[in-house]
Amino acid sequence: MTTTKTVVTLKVNGVERTAEVEPRLLLVHFLRDVLGLTGTHVGCDTSQCGACTVLLDGRGVKSCTVLAVQADGHEVTTVEGLARDGELHPIQEGFWEKHGLQCGFCTPGAMMTAVELLRQNPNPTDEEIREGLEGVICRCTGYENIVRAVKYAAERMRG
Amino acid sequence: MIPASFAYERAQSVREAVELLESHQGEAKVLSGGHSLIPLLKLRLTSPTVLVDIGGIAELKGISAEGDRLVVGALTTHAEVAASPEVRRHLPLLAEAARQVGDLQVRNRGTVGGNIAHADPASDLPAVALALDAVITVEGPAGRSEVPVEDFILGPLLTALGGSDVVVSVAFPIPKGKWKGAYEKYPHPASGYAVAGVAAVIGVDDGGTIRDARVGITGVGDMPYRARDVEAALVGNPATEEVVRRAAERADAEGSFSGDLFASEDYRRHLSKVYTRRALMRSLP
Ligand SMILES: Cc1cc2nc3c(=O)[nH]c(=O)nc-3n(C[C@H](O)[C@H](O)[C@H](O)COP(=O)(O)OP(=O)(O)OC[C@H]3O[C@@H](n4cnc5c(N)ncnc54)[C@H](O)[C@@H]3O)c2cc1C
Ligand code: FES
Ligand code: FES
Repeated sequence: MTTTKTVVTLKVNGVERTAEVEPRLLLVHFLRDVLGLTGTHVGCDTSQCGACTVLLDGRGVKSCTVLAVQADGHEVTTVEGLARDGELHPIQEGFWEKHGLQCGFCTPGAMMTAVELLRQNPNPTDEEIREGLEGVICRCTGYENIVRAVKYAAERMRG
Repeated sequence: MIPASFAYERAQSVREAVELLESHQGEAKVLSGGHSLIPLLKLRLTSPTVLVDIGGIAELKGISAEGDRLVVGALTTHAEVAASPEVRRHLPLLAEAARQVGDLQVRNRGTVGGNIAHADPASDLPAVALALDAVITVEGPAGRSEVPVEDFILGPLLTALGGSDVVVSVAFPIPKGKWKGAYEKYPHPASGYAVAGVAAVIGVDDGGTIRDARVGITGVGDMPYRARDVEAALVGNPATEEVVRRAAERADAEGSFSGDLFASEDYRRHLSKVYTRRALMRSLP
């Protein structure tokens, strides 16, 4: 038994990344500090704000509440992985078009949560969007436009 | 929010997990979804020296119908329970409760086994487990055993689990005959946990008389409980709103209530009755 480092390999935004980490390292710190992907934010220490939300094997999770060692061998998508070939993801477009952000701090987490929400429910009502975004706290309280942004993205993604 | 150092071991099977736990003699803790444990580690409210990660054990995942009960593997997530066609068909109140745990992201990681093993007095699933007389399968150094949930949850964050025991599954019996059930919750506005959560089941005979009534209540005090007084006031009576209204008034006859900054003891007593009434009303056939 040791508390020494272990080697983990994760596929992050499509690229395999290997590093030696302490077991106590949180996935969010792995992404930010080890890989330099600072788009994923930390907004609380109680697992409540959702600013750290990423996709783990395609499912929205709070990366501040996952150990990097738990994600070993799995795939992670961060906000940096949303755009493809210079084209914004529909959810990014939605936030742009509908002015879904003010200070922008919650935005990466809000967008990743919205992607998860739309995976589960491609055609949500306003009520379902609000419920789906329960795990995202926007300190600027710009929720109205966030809902509009998600609606916009849903329409775009349904084609 | 950085946890203290710990060692990390990954178990490939339940047997191996039990052996690893045993070899660390009470110093090790099981890690499932981590959505109760990691928040505690971050705040350093607990600092085990070893975590035994059971998250990769395939035999602990999934939901199966076995006779007249649904067996939910310990590692099944809240999201999987909420979306399961089996659960929705046979035990809609369980799906309802799972859907109301935390938020979208929490439901993708948190597990049924972890929820029951953690025995948080504000957790949702214990109310449903109590109402349905769920049975927890535990594997320990001496082998497997089945523990009724009433003997399993012993207090706030306290269960019958030994230091080297692993929850394997939770079996939820499907009530027989004609019945309906519901879960009604008052979520804490900040944490999402239950300030009051009530799981109810009403079974009726052909003449519309209540022959079976079950009420499990969580959130209001130190421990989830069965509201047997309410149940006794229902059984043998006609399944009417008036009968439900009167019975629900007894929701606080048992249970130990406590207050905090958000909700006083009196308010929680009040909520236990209101949410019992709401859950029972929706359980009328
Ligand atoms: C922001 C937030 C909001 C939440 N809101 C709610 C809510 O509204 N309602 C609710 O019910 N819950 C809520 N939860 C808790 C969530 O449901 C947890 O996921 C669950 O309680 C624990 O499951 P886990 O798999 O994450 O367990 P872990 O965190 O991995 O473990 C919890 C504890 O149980 C032990 N343990 C875990 N699995 C086993 C096992 N198979 N055998 C033996 N011991 C085991 C661990 O050693 C640890 O002590 C919330 C959590 C968060 C972070
Ligand atoms: S930083 Fe993860 S929920 Fe707040
Ligand atoms: S835009 Fe400022 S926190 Fe949401």
